[in-house]
Amino acid sequence: MATNSLQRLKRNDALAGYGFMTPALLVFLIFLFLPIFFAIFVSFTNWNGITPFRQEGAYEFVGFENYYNLLIKRGIRQKDFYNSLKNTVYYALGVVPFQTLFALMLAVLVNQKWLRGKGVFRTAFYFPSVSSSVVISLIFMWLFGKGGIVNIGLSALIPIYEPITWLDDSRGIIHELLGLFGITRATAGDWVNVRLATLTLWEWISGPSITLLLIMILNTWTTIGSLMIIYLAALQDIPEQMHEAAMIDGANRWQVFHKITVPMLTPATFFVVTLGLISTLQVFDQIFVITSGGPAKTTMTIAYGVYQSGFRNSDMGLAAASALVLFVIIFVLTLVQRRFVKESLYS
Amino acid sequence: MSTTTQPTSSTSSVASKSSALKRSMTVVLYGGLIVLALLEFGPFILTLSNSFKCLPAIQAEPQALIPLPPFGVDCRLPNGASLPASATTTRLTFNPGLEGYRRIFQFNLDRWLINSVIYSVSVTLLRLIIDSLAGYALARIRFPGNRVLFFLILGTMMIPGIVLVIPRFLILKELVLLNTYQGLIFALAADAFGVFLMKQFFESVPKEIEEAAFVDGANRLTLFFRVVMPMATPALTALAIFSFQGTWNAFLDPLIIVGGNQDLLNLPLGLALLRGQFGNTLEWNVFLAGSVITTLPLALVFFFFQRYFVQGISYSGLKG
Repeated sequence: MATNSLQRLKRNDALAGYGFMTPALLVFLIFLFLPIFFAIFVSFTNWNGITPFRQEGAYEFVGFENYYNLLIKRGIRQKDFYNSLKNTVYYALGVVPFQTLFALMLAVLVNQKWLRGKGVFRTAFYFPSVSSSVVISLIFMWLFGKGGIVNIGLSALIPIYEPITWLDDSRGIIHELLGLFGITRATAGDWVNVRLATLTLWEWISGPSITLLLIMILNTWTTIGSLMIIYLAALQDIPEQMHEAAMIDGANRWQVFHKITVPMLTPATFFVVTLGLISTLQVFDQIFVITSGGPAKTTMTIAYGVYQSGFRNSDMGLAAASALVLFVIIFVLTLVQRRFVKESLYS
Repeated sequence: MSTTTQPTSSTSSVASKSSALKRSMTVVLYGGLIVLALLEFGPFILTLSNSFKCLPAIQAEPQALIPLPPFGVDCRLPNGASLPASATTTRLTFNPGLEGYRRIFQFNLDRWLINSVIYSVSVTLLRLIIDSLAGYALARIRFPGNRVLFFLILGTMMIPGIVLVIPRFLILKELVLLNTYQGLIFALAADAFGVFLMKQFFESVPKEIEEAAFVDGANRLTLFFRVVMPMATPALTALAIFSFQGTWNAFLDPLIIVGGNQDLLNLPLGLALLRGQFGNTLEWNVFLAGSVITTLPLALVFFFFQRYFVQGISYSGLKG
């Protein structure tokens, strides 16, 4: 082929490439790339979200004030932020390990060759993650309501069970557990009154409230199905011979699972945990529908706080700042997690 | 996929003790799986049956699952008082009626339903075209910046939706697209996951067919619509299902973009805002009926196209 026609082909390729990309790039530019910069921009202003942004005097530059109010300056904003950070972290730490373990367990069970009715089980497990988060939240509100079926069922099964008002119980579960051993705020010693970022240590160690626990159960219940599908796909990629070879060498089932299956699933685990972290750290829909952050702000999460300060309290600057702090937290945790998984892969 | 031709390791003289152990293990495993399946799917069955009950019956006997005639009970007595629970339900059975469904339609549900269809269908169609054009370019066409763009797009999957909420609100407000159908549809018209899925798919199909057509002088665009798209049906089906499901269930974006106009709400948003109006005393037959109507279209899509959900995950290369 002559050089100039080759060059023409190359140029055509470039044109075609950009042409094909244009519609997607337009959407991404307007709704993904630009917003990142705007979010940073807004976080340095005191825009109220109502005055048109380009109007004269719609906002002032306030430098790092929003970040300062959120993270450092003592006051209600700082207290609210660290409280929502605490709740969010308890939420993620509670949900991610459980849903990952359950998903893995279900995938291994459903993948068994001798199992009949695989399709039925897969469908039943997967169906909750197809449904709308709002619908699931409503269903859970109903099931866990005051005279709801969960309380009816638990009372019937466990004679000593006293119905819990799941939807309105701000008691922290770690506080309650400590209480079983006779440890209360009064008896725990002086150290619990030490304040760290406006909250006392006693407040920090509360654990999720009963109501937050309910939403954690809901989240786990919803997501294990889709995570199971990811594990199933990964399981089917493991060559059968590896298991057989190990069995012939005298390994028992548990050893095969522990030493071969789990390590082979590491990339899938990384993916499942990353997905889990990203979604749990921004939990929003369920909070909006079920509690609006209550009772006693124990289900207030960072994402819900962003919505509240931006769209309810007309403080877009503060909202943008807390959203970006959340972004940084998610980013750092994902990197740490990646490091962790990699190390366990090569050790 | 599972291999059926594997020889089962036959140790012919298995002691009867170990086979009894095996059998009881099997029973335990099946039992466990059935309990888990009931826990996962049971709430939907409860929701479905209770959505057909009168309010007092839901409160008194939520566990009654078996519908018995007379059907179509009227939940109110001629004098307007509501029927007592005992008139329409027992421990296990209940007489179904449509009060919840009648009431939820009085709350503008038909409008939400139409809006949900409009959003989901338009977004799905747009994504099918836009995502596959982009995915194809990234997989097949060599142009400067190809890889950089790919990683940029992939990177956006890491951005939490909540970070985008405020700037999207700002941008749409400036474009005068806030509280319009177009605003929400444009914001969702392409997604990084879809581009990624299509790119992975196109990389997995052999180039030869396209190359033959290309040498024949077809231009890129004709080639794409005549040759490439028809080959991509499985991946496009998966993409369509994911997009439809995602848009149907969308909540945060509609809340911010169209939440200011009562006539533009989709089903989840309509239900959530209605729940806010009710405060702490929800009429559960109304909300359960709304939940059933919201879930049903997806349930149908899911049961008919189930295998594509699984396929979609494998195309995107997320396996292993």
